[in-house]
Amino acid sequence: MTDPKVIRAYKDEYYPPVPTAATKRMRTNIFIQLYKFLMLNYKIMRIVVKGHS
Amino acid sequence: MKVLVLGAGISGHTAASFLKKKLGKRHEVIVVSPSQYYQWVPSNIWVGVGRMKPEQIRFKLQKVYKRWGIIFKQAKAVSIHPEGDDSISSGYVTVEYTSEEKAGITEKVEYDYLVNATGPRLNFDATEGLGPGKNTLSVCSFSHATEAWEALRASIEKMEKGEKQRFLIGTGSPTSTCQGAAFEYALNISFELKRRKLDHLAEITWISNEYELGDFGMGGAFVKRGGYVTPTKIFTESIFAENNINWIKRAGVYKVEPGLAHYETLAGEYKTAGFDFAMLIPAFSGHDIKAYDKKGEDITSVVFAPNKFMKVDADYTQKPFEEWSVDDWPQTYQSPAYTNMYATGIAFAPPHSISKPMKSPNGTAIFPAPPRTGMPSGVIGKIVALNIAHQIKHGKIEHKHTANMGRMGAACIVSAGYSMTKGLGATMTVSPVVPDWDKYPQWGRDIKGTVGEIGLSGHWIKLFLHYMFLHKAKGYPFWWLLPE
Repeated sequence: MTDPKVIRAYKDEYYPPVPTAATKRMRTNIFIQLYKFLMLNYKIMRIVVKGHS
Repeated sequence: MKVLVLGAGISGHTAASFLKKKLGKRHEVIVVSPSQYYQWVPSNIWVGVGRMKPEQIRFKLQKVYKRWGIIFKQAKAVSIHPEGDDSISSGYVTVEYTSEEKAGITEKVEYDYLVNATGPRLNFDATEGLGPGKNTLSVCSFSHATEAWEALRASIEKMEKGEKQRFLIGTGSPTSTCQGAAFEYALNISFELKRRKLDHLAEITWISNEYELGDFGMGGAFVKRGGYVTPTKIFTESIFAENNINWIKRAGVYKVEPGLAHYETLAGEYKTAGFDFAMLIPAFSGHDIKAYDKKGEDITSVVFAPNKFMKVDADYTQKPFEEWSVDDWPQTYQSPAYTNMYATGIAFAPPHSISKPMKSPNGTAIFPAPPRTGMPSGVIGKIVALNIAHQIKHGKIEHKHTANMGRMGAACIVSAGYSMTKGLGATMTVSPVVPDWDKYPQWGRDIKGTVGEIGLSGHWIKLFLHYMFLHKAKGYPFWWLLPE
């Protein structure tokens, strides 16, 4: 027995933006992510330093 | 002088460590905690999907405290006596031991300064049928997370035999907070099922008391992304859509039966959601600690708010959402009733929620309570410790350090899958935690200080923070240089 056909149109989950294949690849690209790792740590540290009065 | 710290979670442990460092051997620091362990709570998620063992996220407090010279009592606080009594002139706390060898024995622990960092009581009883041992699971502690992993493993085994499984993840009461932990757990389950190529047999549903997804108990946020200023609503819905996670929002779960969660919507409808596996976060409350004056009169309502969290220097005047201000939030966390008492982390009573209060036509409040975990808890614990140490050293009450959640930012790293090469994490920062609509009329927060990124780097950061914060908590070399 096959599963019933599911049409996602008009459901909540149909409307949000979803990543393209290229975006997904960039999320796990080591070089891009190494850069992001440094950049995000810098941004987090800015928040942390501001929070310590 | 004696400083008594109740609780050894993120806030209490931070406070105790800085108190001892600042006060040295001349003064006593005493920690009372019902558990013998310190646990790095954010990593419970990885215990819940079998990627870490409980031993990797916890350690015994006694060993560290012995090295630091802190007195540790494995006990729970029963009552606070800020004025002492007929026989004891200083304030004291009655504690009841929870360790195997001294279980049930009570003791009066005297103090000159008291720090209440008892954290939340996981109020599973507020929702019928909710919680471990009943019909749902939790990842709020390492023991709960271990149990959740056992149940998840059983579901995976069924799926390996071709059986479909329905997962229900989210909030288990109309006013639960900590959506972030449930969000992480839903994403980690999705990741683990994809890794095993079983995701086609899973139906994952998110259920939440949030008005919109991405509220996270802080009224949502806006992030600069792809050339647009985007609400966390879109950010969160996008992640769910990508992972085939369905969602039910504006839902207050009021009853759970085996395989069935009953909820009321903000529109006033009563509905049900079926499940084979459910992890729902309970409501939080303060602990059942009473307070008495010198004559033995009950002053619990003077010291604590009705939700059992301790009152501090916040503005508790009831006012509408439109009149809320960052100045409502506490700065020093000092009790207005007794100047030598403080409450830190989740133990302090917030003046109100951060998300806008909502009620269904039936009168049920359905909106998230304010989150106060992680970085703010650590920062508050530290500033309270520094202020108390200053008072003891200089003999006068002044607060050199403040930490208002309306001026403090926070970073939240949401794990979305554990792997060094394929893992994912969503890195989110907000500044400030509580929106300041006077200073930032458009977004409520500094849009330059707000980040929302998904990628492998987020997993690395979360893993790095896991080791860094355990290094700090264990008091390894240069621990005090590491931020909260």
